[in-house]
Amino acid sequence: MKVDTVGAPRRTQRRPAAGPAPSPPSSPRRAGLRRRVADNLVGYLFLGAGILAFALFSWYPIVRGFLLSFQQVDFAQPATWVGLDNFQRLFDDPLFLTAWRNTLWFTALALVFGFAAPFVTAVVLNELRHGRAYLRMTVYLPVMLPPIVTVLLWRWFYDPGPGLFNHALGILHLPPQQWLESENLSMLSLVLVSTWANMGTTTLIYLAALQGVPGELYEAAQLDGASIRQRLWHVTIPQMRFILLITLLLQVIGTMQVFIEPFVLTGGGPNDATVTVLLLLYRYAFVYNDFGLASAMSTVLFVVLGAFAGLYLRLTRSKG
Amino acid sequence: MDSNRIRRVSAVALAAATALAAAACGSSGSGSGDAGGVVTISVNGLPPATQTVDRKNFEDDVKAFEASHPNIRIDAHEGLMDPKTFAAKLAGGQLEDVYYVYFTDPAGLIQRHQAADITPYLKDVPALADVKPELQRVFTGKDGKVYGLPTGNYSMGLVYNRELFTRAGLDPDKPPTTWDEVRTAAQRITALGDGTTGYADFSKNNQGGWHLTAWIYSLGGDVATQDGTGKWKAAVDSDASRKALQYLHDMRWTDNSMGSRQLLEIPDVQKAMGAGKLGMYLAGPDNIPTIVKQFERKYDEYGLAAMPGTATLGGGDGFMFNPKDTPAKIKAGLAWVQWKYLNPDRQEETDKKSAGSDIPIGLPQPDLFDGKSGETVKAVHAKYANVPQQNYQPFVDRSAEVKVKVEPPNAQQIYTVLDGVMQAVLTKQDANVDELLKDAQKKVDTILATAQ
Repeated sequence: MKVDTVGAPRRTQRRPAAGPAPSPPSSPRRAGLRRRVADNLVGYLFLGAGILAFALFSWYPIVRGFLLSFQQVDFAQPATWVGLDNFQRLFDDPLFLTAWRNTLWFTALALVFGFAAPFVTAVVLNELRHGRAYLRMTVYLPVMLPPIVTVLLWRWFYDPGPGLFNHALGILHLPPQQWLESENLSMLSLVLVSTWANMGTTTLIYLAALQGVPGELYEAAQLDGASIRQRLWHVTIPQMRFILLITLLLQVIGTMQVFIEPFVLTGGGPNDATVTVLLLLYRYAFVYNDFGLASAMSTVLFVVLGAFAGLYLRLTRSKG
Repeated sequence: MDSNRIRRVSAVALAAATALAAAACGSSGSGSGDAGGVVTISVNGLPPATQTVDRKNFEDDVKAFEASHPNIRIDAHEGLMDPKTFAAKLAGGQLEDVYYVYFTDPAGLIQRHQAADITPYLKDVPALADVKPELQRVFTGKDGKVYGLPTGNYSMGLVYNRELFTRAGLDPDKPPTTWDEVRTAAQRITALGDGTTGYADFSKNNQGGWHLTAWIYSLGGDVATQDGTGKWKAAVDSDASRKALQYLHDMRWTDNSMGSRQLLEIPDVQKAMGAGKLGMYLAGPDNIPTIVKQFERKYDEYGLAAMPGTATLGGGDGFMFNPKDTPAKIKAGLAWVQWKYLNPDRQEETDKKSAGSDIPIGLPQPDLFDGKSGETVKAVHAKYANVPQQNYQPFVDRSAEVKVKVEPPNAQQIYTVLDGVMQAVLTKQDANVDELLKDAQKKVDTILATAQ
């Protein structure tokens, strides 16, 4: 608004004879505003369409979801306000804590694998002299597969009968494992699928960041007689600190929304060991048709993820 | 660009935006109003275009119905009951006037007022007198009012591979009638080797709970019982449940006749059956055509036995009505459902037409009617049968001994709890059955508290 009020008269002063004189003579400010709108009409239309689409498909559902978490709804009759009932029922469900525990466990495991594996891969790829383009493409390939294909492929890997992994263990004379059927292994198995499927993107980000590290620093370190490990520790990691932190936050936000892996591979089993927050939310909404309860769950998730998103914004802003 | 032009363009943009908003929010697309005495009703259940024969039959039926009912127009939509889209369609005014449901749905839909009361209009449905009362009860609310009509049903039996039975030295014409016999047969089939599994069961996405309920029924138990005042209580913690879990545990861990891969659901088990690697699993008769068509097998390869034990779980499907329907739409919808699905007089015409196609006729179910209507339908099915009915004789022969029990209230929630019990027994050799049942009893009681 400030820009408009200041900018408008200035433009009319600068281009007094550019267009026909306003008739009847209205205030110069209004005439200038009209001309500015006219000049940028196409831009405003595109902007308006974008805002409308966002409002309809992003902001409205968020607000509606928040309201639903305080309502009992059947969609046939007007919703009734039930205060905090849905949240009370949510916290009473023993699976609520299980789902959060499992999700945090998944996130922690995903960070160990999903954070370290792409970094190591990126460092290795960066050091390679030959075949770098080919290997970069190979690492990125799983990202291009539809998630459901990835998950079904891994289901075959994990099959306790003719599956690839148990076959490989057999060759090494090791006992077969119950990858998805064991309470201890199932979550780790899901994390491996997720890591494999998503590490391509993170690797590329790290690779780009690595290439942005000034070569002189390495040269200086080399002159000082630093080994590869020391160069990594004293040059690479400090230089990439910011990007590492950002991807860490993005990964936390992403992995906390894990759904497709447990939904397809384990259905939350065995014995609720892989029930995640989104899987439970899905059950509330589409198995029990309890949209109030599901919305309460999504509100809780929104608050938790919002905290991480806020942190991310703060970090990126301070850096910018 | 002058100011008039700006206004014109803005008006067009605003109109376009409003139209977009209206389209996104959903408009009343479910049939048009009652104009000129003609009622248009939207119905679902139209087979997808990929099922050419079924689709054509449905479209022919719509034409024939409209010809005989000049005041009713049918707007047929694809799709059956999909819980993922149901609420959105209802909220957005897109739900069909007459919509398809499974037997697990009506109780919840009635409780949430998502179906219209059709009681005042039932006098126009004469065939209802012959519909099995236990099926009609599924659509009756606690208030005694009727909210829908059943159009199909099944009861769970034992689907088995006749070839594997023969190879294992078992008589395919005399399949197991008790769980002990199932266990022995499973051991012998597994002993054939080459990755063959004797018996498989589901344990994921509520299907484990669904099948465990059937197991418990078959051994004389229940998962929920109603007291004199109509209140539901959990009945999971019982000897019947313990026996069922013991059988499953022993087949999985002692005999190794259930394979090592668990957390299975319908497609996994059907795939194993279609590949000729599985001996037996619990299923309704409709599973056989699915396996035959999907995996290009022959009907002769499969047999159907009744559920071992004394009772089985029955389910089915039907149609309910949009709570926003006008009386005229409800009447027109009832006329359609009755004419298409509850019409013994049309059975001969339907079967004759289907006999030459790959639509199976002669499977022992669905069995909607009792009395004269039931006899008429059975006689017509026998006349036009295109599947080996003798393979399903063991199912028919024992049907009188096996009581059919419907699903518990809030079935899907209860199945989620029982999924966990099934999974524990099939994935943990040292699972503590007593503790599992005690815990499940508590959880089911909590769920049932909301159904009272």
